[in-house]
Amino acid sequence: MTGRARMPLADRDSFLAKAFLLPSIVYIIALVGVPFGLAIAFSFSDITAGDPSFDWVGLRNYRAIFEDGTFWQSLGNTLVFTTISMILVVVLGKVLANILVANFRGKWLVRFAVLLPWTTPVALSTISWLWLLDSVFSPIDWVMRQVGFLGPGENTYWLGKPWLAMGSVIAVHVWRLVPLAAVIMMAGLVSIPKDIDDAARVDGAGFWRRMLGITIPLTMPVVAVAGLFGAILTFTDMAVVYVLTRGGPTNSTQVLASWAYLKGIQGGDVAQGAAIALFLFPLLLGAAVAILRSVRRMETL
Amino acid sequence: MITSASLLTISNTDADKLRRRYRRQHIGGRAFLYVAAVTAALVAAGPFLWSAITMFKLNRDLYNPENNPFVLNAPPTGDHLTFLFTGTPFLTFVWNTVWVGVLVVGITLLLALPAAYSLARLNRPWSTPMAVGIFFVYLVPPSLLFLSLSRVVATLGLQDSTWSLVLIYPTITIPVSVWLLMGFLKSIPKDIEEQSMVDGHSRVGAFLRIVIPLSFPGIVAVVVFAFVLTASEFIYALAFISPSPEKVISTGVPTELVRGDVFFWQSLQAATVLVAVPIAFVFNFFLEKFISGFTMGAVKG
Amino acid sequence: MADVVEVRDLRKVFDGGKGSSTRAIDGVDLATEPGEYLVLLGPSGCGKTTLLRTIAGLEHPDSGEVLIGGHVVNGLPPRARQIAMVFQSYALYPHKTVLNNITFPLRAAKLPPDKQREQVKWASELLGIEHLLDRRPRQLSGGERQRVALARALVRDPRVFLLDEPLSNLDAKLRASARDELKRFQQRVGTTTVYVTHDQIEAMGLGDRIAVMHGGKLRQLGKPVEIYDHPADTFVATFIGSPPMNLVTRGEHLVGFRPEHLLPIENVPAAVERVTMPFRIERVEYLSGDRHVYGTITGIGDETRVIARLPSTIDTPISGDEVHDFAVRADKLRFFDAASGIGCDPVPLS
Repeated sequence: MTGRARMPLADRDSFLAKAFLLPSIVYIIALVGVPFGLAIAFSFSDITAGDPSFDWVGLRNYRAIFEDGTFWQSLGNTLVFTTISMILVVVLGKVLANILVANFRGKWLVRFAVLLPWTTPVALSTISWLWLLDSVFSPIDWVMRQVGFLGPGENTYWLGKPWLAMGSVIAVHVWRLVPLAAVIMMAGLVSIPKDIDDAARVDGAGFWRRMLGITIPLTMPVVAVAGLFGAILTFTDMAVVYVLTRGGPTNSTQVLASWAYLKGIQGGDVAQGAAIALFLFPLLLGAAVAILRSVRRMETL
Repeated sequence: MITSASLLTISNTDADKLRRRYRRQHIGGRAFLYVAAVTAALVAAGPFLWSAITMFKLNRDLYNPENNPFVLNAPPTGDHLTFLFTGTPFLTFVWNTVWVGVLVVGITLLLALPAAYSLARLNRPWSTPMAVGIFFVYLVPPSLLFLSLSRVVATLGLQDSTWSLVLIYPTITIPVSVWLLMGFLKSIPKDIEEQSMVDGHSRVGAFLRIVIPLSFPGIVAVVVFAFVLTASEFIYALAFISPSPEKVISTGVPTELVRGDVFFWQSLQAATVLVAVPIAFVFNFFLEKFISGFTMGAVKG
Repeated sequence: MADVVEVRDLRKVFDGGKGSSTRAIDGVDLATEPGEYLVLLGPSGCGKTTLLRTIAGLEHPDSGEVLIGGHVVNGLPPRARQIAMVFQSYALYPHKTVLNNITFPLRAAKLPPDKQREQVKWASELLGIEHLLDRRPRQLSGGERQRVALARALVRDPRVFLLDEPLSNLDAKLRASARDELKRFQQRVGTTTVYVTHDQIEAMGLGDRIAVMHGGKLRQLGKPVEIYDHPADTFVATFIGSPPMNLVTRGEHLVGFRPEHLLPIENVPAAVERVTMPFRIERVEYLSGDRHVYGTITGIGDETRVIARLPSTIDTPISGDEVHDFAVRADKLRFFDAASGIGCDPVPLS
């Protein structure tokens, strides 16, 4: 036999590396990459639900949405909601993570309770909030009436007044996402070697010094990841707004994602919907790149 | 050389005082922990507790703003529960969600496991950029893609069919699953695989016979996480499917139980509780394994 | 600072779940001398690390007292006990520089900045690490990390040093010089030190006294020489010494003698009271100049496999497959009760 024997296919790492990866890549290119390109194409067309023919119209859609005040309102709302939610989610998630890691009786029950907001389908849990924030029947108002914060028959119009509605939407987002952030950050807490915590105790550090000097610096990468996940999920979410307020009152809670849906599917103007939705992408990309870069810097420890 | 305060000069009573102070601090800390844990549990699970009671309320009990929403002010009724099961296609929704979930999880594992193995083990120069790329796919949100994907789905003839979800959902679950599984796979020592290859298996054989069984906890975590994502997904389900018998829980429950302006609140709450509790139960069960998966992923990037 | 560390009737049980539990510390009484280097020695799982961590306050005993400097410290957290601890992994804070690692305990104690600087200067000079202050732990070698850990421990001027197997992460070559450094360091500083290890050579080299532990109990406490020459029970006898003490069953007793005392009869002076043992030799190993002779002996009890260690100064020819008379000096024989393993009075052998 001359020459080297060929390694069987099942052993050739270079082949296998590609073969194993290929199905996923193809899937993603076909069902994410292509639609993404299509969305870009649509935004430059005049496609509607009624007239699915593709005609190039240049920047007409973009000009239309830039002149539409609702678009700018949605953009602003999206940024505000995401920023505030992200801050709350990270802070509360960190506190919750610390609670979940601690040892106490009934730990299992608390963990179960705390997971419910996230593991429930978003549409269902949000509908519950629709009643909880109702302008007549809200149990929260009922409790406030009992305690005296509200007069008899008085109601807080949680979803009816613009600022309250925004606050309510943010609150529901935060309520949903804190469990997820807490679980991610729990992972970070658990990965701190026990020796280091013990050494800090022996060295004389009390609770706060340990938290600020050791725990938080060492879990920063994980906190950033949790923040990023939270931001992405809030930024791109349309379910909460759609179910709770449909974007009202008067578009005060409208976000890009829900506005794109309302315009594109319910309004039938697919092209404009696509143009609106496309604005999600660059903002997300920028934020993600910024956060991942700072994580990389933090990881060179 | 400075000597810090030495207990040599402190009498026994001072030591006692110190001990009492620390004991007080310790008890205070524990009390705070319990209070915080209970508060978190109540805030998270409060709406579900309310749902569990509401689902048995008579209409005249519920639609009375004076009544205490947290107790039964009139005898409980199972009517709404019955209505949920007999008057709406709830069970069809559940069944749809389940089989879609199972298939999607299956497809996810089939594609994501080899992909994760390729990126985690079979180190190619392009491995890291690819892994980062897959993560970035996550940044292209459903709220952007749904418009063009609904065109794709229509073209494939899957409009209004539950099968459209089976086709599309893996685009959501695969990127995250690959990332999670990479973390788990990196934690398996290479020696065991190499041992099996010396013993006669090919790289593929080692993957199938050794790596997959060893990464079982990671696989379980991915299964649970992917199922939760699938069951919760809203926008694609809303955009692709209109006929009732094809819907899943996430879109079916809101649309069936909300007819125009009429909300069948008690049945809605029943549906919420019946869906939320089992999922949270299972998720809690696998929480530990899930955490180790995230740890590896976060630390190793 | 030379305080005494004492534990009185200390007990700790670990709950393994499902009804099983381990008695990690089973009634230990122990007191150090001021300023001494006490080694807790024993195999894995004997309770030595648990004992150390209980002294530190990282574990809480189920019963019994821990005293430092004469004061009961049960109920005080580690930071109130004025101890310093060096961990097996050194536990340096990875995100801080060496300087910040060392100043961390001083900042926790809220020492004013100029005093902090003084202490850091003193500690880093003592350990020769002034040139490393700006580096991060991952840039240091194993030996350097040990010195930084020691500096961090030293800088608070604690009353007790606790060390948990700090040499086990170093490679063998480094271990010997690190051991030497540790001993000289402790002698210079004079602080009472409790040191945990499973390596009996380390223990014998470092300890002023050794506390041998097994199964949560303290088996023997004494100077290295005492423990070597007069082990309290068969566990200590076989744990200390390499190769371990030979034990021959004789009725209800065990007769023990160390390999270096089992010599060819020609080499044991007849004038001294001695016991003869016919030795059937199986093989001979050469190790660093000594000869280790493996075989079985009869004559004083059951036929038993033993090892004899002949130093290079003894060149009596020995070869495998022969039966050669060996002997042990009577005063080198040790006796133990066969059932309990505890040492007992000599038993006549003739």
